[in-house]
Amino acid sequence: MEQHSTRPGSMTGTPAGDGQAQGQPALPHTGVTMTGAEIFVRALEAEGVKVVFGHPGGAVIKIYDEIARLKPTFEHVLVRHEQGGTHAAEGYAKATGQVGTVLVTSGPGATNCVTGIADAYMDSVPIVVFTGQVPVPLIGNDAFQETDTIGVTRSITKHSFQVRRVEDMTWMIRAAYHIARTGRPGPVVVDLPKDVLLAETTFQYPSDVQDRIRGYRVHTTPNPAKVERAARMIARARRPLLYVGGGVNGAGAAPELLELAHKARIPVTTTLHGLGAFPEDDPLSLGMLGMHGTWYANQAVQHCDLLIAVGARFDDRVTGKLEAWAPHAKVIHMDIDQACVSKNVWCDCAVLGDVKESLRALLPLVDPKDTQAWLDEIAAWRAECPLAYEHDGRLHAQFVIEQLRAISGGDAVVVSDVGQHQMWTAQFFRYKHPRSHITSGGLGTMGFCLPAAMGAAFGLREQGKDLPVISISGDGGFVMNAQELGVIAKHRLPIKIVVINNQFLGMVRQWQELFHQERYSQTNLADTNPDFVKLAEAFGIEAMRATSPEEAEDVIARAWQITDRPVLLEFRVVPEGMVFPMVPAGAATDDMITARFKE
Amino acid sequence: MPDTLTSQQILRKQKMGEPVYSDDAEHIHRHIVMVLLENHLGALNRVINLFSQRGFNLESVAVGETEDPTVSRLTIVTTGNDRIIKQVIRQLNNLVDALEVEDLTEHEYVERELLLLKVKYTPENRAALMENAHIFRGKVVDITKDTMTFEVTGPTKKVNAFLGLMKPYGIVETARSGRVAMRRALVFGS
Ligand SMILES: Cc1ncc(C[n+]2csc(CCOP(=O)(O)OP(=O)(O)O)c2C)c(N)n1
Repeated sequence: MEQHSTRPGSMTGTPAGDGQAQGQPALPHTGVTMTGAEIFVRALEAEGVKVVFGHPGGAVIKIYDEIARLKPTFEHVLVRHEQGGTHAAEGYAKATGQVGTVLVTSGPGATNCVTGIADAYMDSVPIVVFTGQVPVPLIGNDAFQETDTIGVTRSITKHSFQVRRVEDMTWMIRAAYHIARTGRPGPVVVDLPKDVLLAETTFQYPSDVQDRIRGYRVHTTPNPAKVERAARMIARARRPLLYVGGGVNGAGAAPELLELAHKARIPVTTTLHGLGAFPEDDPLSLGMLGMHGTWYANQAVQHCDLLIAVGARFDDRVTGKLEAWAPHAKVIHMDIDQACVSKNVWCDCAVLGDVKESLRALLPLVDPKDTQAWLDEIAAWRAECPLAYEHDGRLHAQFVIEQLRAISGGDAVVVSDVGQHQMWTAQFFRYKHPRSHITSGGLGTMGFCLPAAMGAAFGLREQGKDLPVISISGDGGFVMNAQELGVIAKHRLPIKIVVINNQFLGMVRQWQELFHQERYSQTNLADTNPDFVKLAEAFGIEAMRATSPEEAEDVIARAWQITDRPVLLEFRVVPEGMVFPMVPAGAATDDMITARFKE
Repeated sequence: MPDTLTSQQILRKQKMGEPVYSDDAEHIHRHIVMVLLENHLGALNRVINLFSQRGFNLESVAVGETEDPTVSRLTIVTTGNDRIIKQVIRQLNNLVDALEVEDLTEHEYVERELLLLKVKYTPENRAALMENAHIFRGKVVDITKDTMTFEVTGPTKKVNAFLGLMKPYGIVETARSGRVAMRRALVFGS
């Protein structure tokens, strides 16, 4: 390995866990004999966990008993579906940068988490999912509520543990959080057989578990030679472009990115998960690239001579037809994950390491540049084909997003679901802050939004941040996890719950219109949609509906008066709205379809 | 899309070992990869799973304990172009339980495979079979009145050659260990 290796134990982490590593007084309860269930509770406390999203059941009933008895320092949030629990943990992690925690029972409790775990895996979200399991002697016997959880989740976890002896519980929990949080983050499953929760041993919470996970190496410090090479490539480039992914948000590297872009006058385009990592009101911002990115960002990609990818993975929704993508560009790739390098696109210079550290190392080596000719070229593209939509007096989703941006001033955490509204939310909200945009990108999980917004709201509340959370779903995806409305109501989470109701599975409808001769097969929801206002009210949440631009402005203004509890806003938007521009799946970026409407 | 590729596009394809033009041949190579793995529950599963999860080719895998009982050693045979082989190595390196990963094909190495082969024999061809085994330094490890079982070790090519030679006699059963391999200790000077 050419990188400088840093032992992951030296990375920053949760306050309690790492504070202890720095030689603070021994943790409470150390040396006390207790059951596995109590150890579990104490371990989470020691790890500094603040919120657990969970749902009880037979295999974990002992843990729930201890939660009631011990009154732990973390809050347990009873979710109404385990899938909601996993997305809530993701939303929590994305909003706070801390690891999200889920606790569920065996069998169906565990399988209900599969979608959320897969989602976290695709989007590199640090969560730890604790699943109950049948007692060790019954494993493999098709016992009641037995599922091979480790097997089922193997390809969608960064790592997993099954605690077969109570003595292994604490180090495995410590290692699970450590692995989830460090390097390229991801989900870790810890399977807890029931008999282990009943067995007893003395409590001992380790600070360093590196000797238990010898093979786990994280390279955070970049190779200086590679950084120098990158600097030389930047100096030589005439048309450089920064292509920024979720890794910059995750690593907290937005300030360094801003400095680099300004210093060398390099325009910046972000992926869906990179939104917020660079302020979109900055003149150097080109917004999002890729399938539904701006035309000018994609033009810039196609004409740049140097692409500086930072914390991005060259996903097919970004590149379209790979071999036609960025045809003139040399590629610098800065990433924490060595397996991401040259996975899809050959990269001329790989800078492996924490992207914040890498950018810091790069900054002093980069000289101010004159890129004005290149910026002028991009400005012309921007003028030629800006983001736009129809203004015909009817209510369009894009208008709703613009109004939400206007009233919040961009000072909000926006969570979106999957579909057309997701792309409009990405295109029109114009993000200002890192970690202010949360969505399901890699897996594209409908039903992600509402529970993720709930998790984000818990996270912001815990951090004492007074930012509103705006949850934006389509009428299709909203229903997929609507049960969490009850939890949001109970905890009076101040979420603006927006439903963009176009009466269709809009994104599928769009493809049917464009590529399947307008055969709208099974995408009309008009007959199966609930009355969203009544649905919210049934859970005890105030709700309003708007059907015109004027009403939309009005309900948004009224909703912003409400700051101490949730409110649901249903927007009846035109059913035939389309997301443009668009690179059809698998097509070359040069074949982007631009808008088709009259202004 | 333009019919002509830019120099950057050509370079990328060459570096990835992919055909530059559609009628170019693809360069697929066979690689032997050594993995030192935590010798515990589930570690092997993760390695095997990686190959199906990522669509990598897994030709053979041989596993055994090492001199350190907490570590097992895998010899994996896989095929692919340069891009895929690099991915195999990098993805293996990302496994928490993988202590060391090495592409032996990039070095001088020795490889061996073990074959157990049961063939039919008759009094007439018995001597010829034994003679074949002798040439390949094989051994007879089991014999009944009409079948003989041979043991042959060697590089996979040799094992294949032996199998080809014995095929006409009527193969009853074969068992191959998959390759095991090790880097040569290169000693320079004295
Ligand atoms: C769980 C799941 N099922 C199916 C899909 C495929 N899919 C992608 S977008 C979409 C339509 C979403 O409709 P809606 O929630 O109403 O949002 P809209 O596109 O109308 O804004 C579907 C069905 C998916 N992404 N996730």
